[in-house]
Amino acid sequence: MRSAITNSGFEFPQKRITINLAPAYLRKIGPGFDLPLAMAILAASGQVEAEAIADCALAGELSLTGELRAMRGALAVAQGAAAHGIGRVVVPASRAREAALVEGVQVIGVLALHDAVDILAGRREVPPLAELVPEAEAPAVLDPPDLADVRGHDALLPAIVVAAAGGHNLFLHGPPGTGKTMLARRIPSILPPLSRAEAIEVTRIHSIAGLHSGGGLVETRPFRAPHHTISPAGLVGGGPVPAPGEVTLAHHGVLFLDELSEFARSSLEALRQPIEDGRVVIVRSQRVMLFPTRCMLVAASNPCPCGFGDHRCHCSAADLSRHQRRLSGPLLDRIDVTVAVGRPSAQALRDQRAPASAVLREHVVAARERQTRRFAGLGVACNAQMTPRMVRELVGATPSALRLLYELHDRDGLSARGHHRVLRVARTAADLEGSDVVGPEHVTAALAHRTDAAPNQTAA
Amino acid sequence: MTACAAACDECLRRTDLIAAVAGSIDVAWREKRGRTSRVLARPDAELIALDPSTAARYERFDAGRARARIADAGLTAVCRCEPVYPEQLRELPDPPAVLHIAGSLAAMPAGEAAAIVGARRATPYGLEVSRSLGRGLTAAGLPVVSGMALGIDSAAHAGALEALPVAAAPVAVLAGGAEAAYPARMRRLHTRLIEAGAVVSEMPPGFTAHRWCFPARNRIIAALSTITIVVEAATKSGSLITADLAMDLGRVVAAVPGPVTSRYSAGANELLHAGAAVIRGPRDVLDLAFGADAPAVAEPAPLVPLDPAQRRVLDAVERGQGTLAELARTMDESRAASRTLSELELLGLVRRGFGGRYVRCS
Repeated sequence: MRSAITNSGFEFPQKRITINLAPAYLRKIGPGFDLPLAMAILAASGQVEAEAIADCALAGELSLTGELRAMRGALAVAQGAAAHGIGRVVVPASRAREAALVEGVQVIGVLALHDAVDILAGRREVPPLAELVPEAEAPAVLDPPDLADVRGHDALLPAIVVAAAGGHNLFLHGPPGTGKTMLARRIPSILPPLSRAEAIEVTRIHSIAGLHSGGGLVETRPFRAPHHTISPAGLVGGGPVPAPGEVTLAHHGVLFLDELSEFARSSLEALRQPIEDGRVVIVRSQRVMLFPTRCMLVAASNPCPCGFGDHRCHCSAADLSRHQRRLSGPLLDRIDVTVAVGRPSAQALRDQRAPASAVLREHVVAARERQTRRFAGLGVACNAQMTPRMVRELVGATPSALRLLYELHDRDGLSARGHHRVLRVARTAADLEGSDVVGPEHVTAALAHRTDAAPNQTAA
Repeated sequence: MTACAAACDECLRRTDLIAAVAGSIDVAWREKRGRTSRVLARPDAELIALDPSTAARYERFDAGRARARIADAGLTAVCRCEPVYPEQLRELPDPPAVLHIAGSLAAMPAGEAAAIVGARRATPYGLEVSRSLGRGLTAAGLPVVSGMALGIDSAAHAGALEALPVAAAPVAVLAGGAEAAYPARMRRLHTRLIEAGAVVSEMPPGFTAHRWCFPARNRIIAALSTITIVVEAATKSGSLITADLAMDLGRVVAAVPGPVTSRYSAGANELLHAGAAVIRGPRDVLDLAFGADAPAVAEPAPLVPLDPAQRRVLDAVERGQGTLAELARTMDESRAASRTLSELELLGLVRRGFGGRYVRCS
């Protein structure tokens, strides 16, 4: 601080300095306080007019030479300023475009401490944004992965499209090396484009987490694939200064858990509530934090310990039931759609060419629009979030469709919980076809994608 | 309950003695390398000699109290001195002195009966075959005898119960007391077997099995049955002991072939190589048991005729192509296939397994 001030051509006051950071109950951590602290010292020692920094929020880390470094969370600072009716926000130039996403505040991007002083004192013009961060400097978006790249899995696409269209969590079940990760990584490409409000939320989260390089709005849905050794705190958020976890970083996007059976049970338990509620609450002694966690969960697993899952499988029934028990813990309950991924045949690899993501996305968007209309004012965004009561009242299943479900229920093929999940997916299948009622054909389609709890061995 | 079911004092006393010296028999059994008959065939005096401290108990034995305990446990006891005692058991060199029966004495097989035995650690293939044999044979009127162990045994019992109500009552033979489910997680199966048939043991109620009791139980399974079928056994499986005992009794020994690469089928395949009858399904067993008079096995005939699409998908599932990826190449084919699979499932012809692979219900 001292060197930043002196190196910027100012004088560091030669007396005892007391700085009070209020309110006291908040724990204040991070280098973002450098700039405001320096500015306060300068104002207190008369080197900057107090009026110059009125109605102004400042944030940024100072280097020893007085230059401003990139910071995290510029968007959040600007939003906070706007919420408190503060008119101007000073942030490092590299983060100006990000902060400028907030309407109603003037964003001043500065390169160094003396810049900020000059501009605030009115000795220099506020530099236009375009000059600070040319548009072209926004990181060039690589071609996002497209489903057309995937060959030999056309038969799985209906299930994946249904999952994407209804916001249903998805379980990909298949041997290693068959393309589960490849498919999962492409799911964001068929989800509807982010709305502006969603994009700002995602940008803010990613900026706070330091994943965003300041190029303005994040426009693609996030895809997060944490390794299975991740801790519960890493997954749902936490730490002494609570930081968002993977499930929050995947907000409005896809959280992919490969090798689901390898994740610690405690991690999966922790994930259950956020997946269900769309948010996670982290309580620390000083405060309660709330992170949004609305994401589509995509899980993948080997069908059995040996990995084959078909006639070549040489696992014993005991091995299988152990494996299935590991899987069917807390999360499988929340997964509406399961699809078996197999090794594509050579012929399929040669001949199949999946439709481009853009084509599939049109169907998804149309189905989502139907859902938005249906759930207007109900606080629910898509079919997957329907409460049991909404399932009863809004699905619109025909009697013959319901009869099919009861029949399977009586045959022990379907649990009560499974019953609702099938109806939610059937509703999505109907939405994809533009149908108001759920008929038997939608139920049979949904049944073939259902998730079962692990069966009891030798059910007697 | 049959009125003449009874057990004489002598046989009850012998049973009590065997229970009392069970720990010593364990030692003697290991010395004799697993041949229970060499121990269990000995007269009472020699059994007392295994553990002289039991002599006093033997002298003071109170048959009335033993009968009360049996009645309290809800069991029926029948001893080898009674005419209702199953004739087949008398062919053993060491027939059990007393049979304790939970359920109905009338359920004890009198003529042809099939034992289905196999590994506790079984594969889904073995379980499916065992279950379908249990169901098919019971439906055709051939009683199924097994040991209620995990894996193949309990699958056979479960299959048999699926075919009820029919004339062929299922029989389970336990190593410990017949009134208690062993293993404990088979409680529900135990109850249903008692309702539908019989659960029997040579040991008195409350007795917890020692290791030798399992091969001893196997000799009863082998003796009660005219055919012993081994479904999935590794090379050192206890079910091979049952097959040996059946062979000693001159009964038919049969086995279900498994993949030559699977160690869970190695024992069964070895039996086949040694000349055991090949079992591919209930029909093969019925041919062995009844020859030309074999009753027809009810094929699981579809209730409604299948349309060509359903037939095609069913055929594919039967060939082991049970996932959407294996059934369809395009998105449209996949949508059609998923509907057809659900239709077949609703018809009870296929079953959706964990993870979305469909298999044929047998």
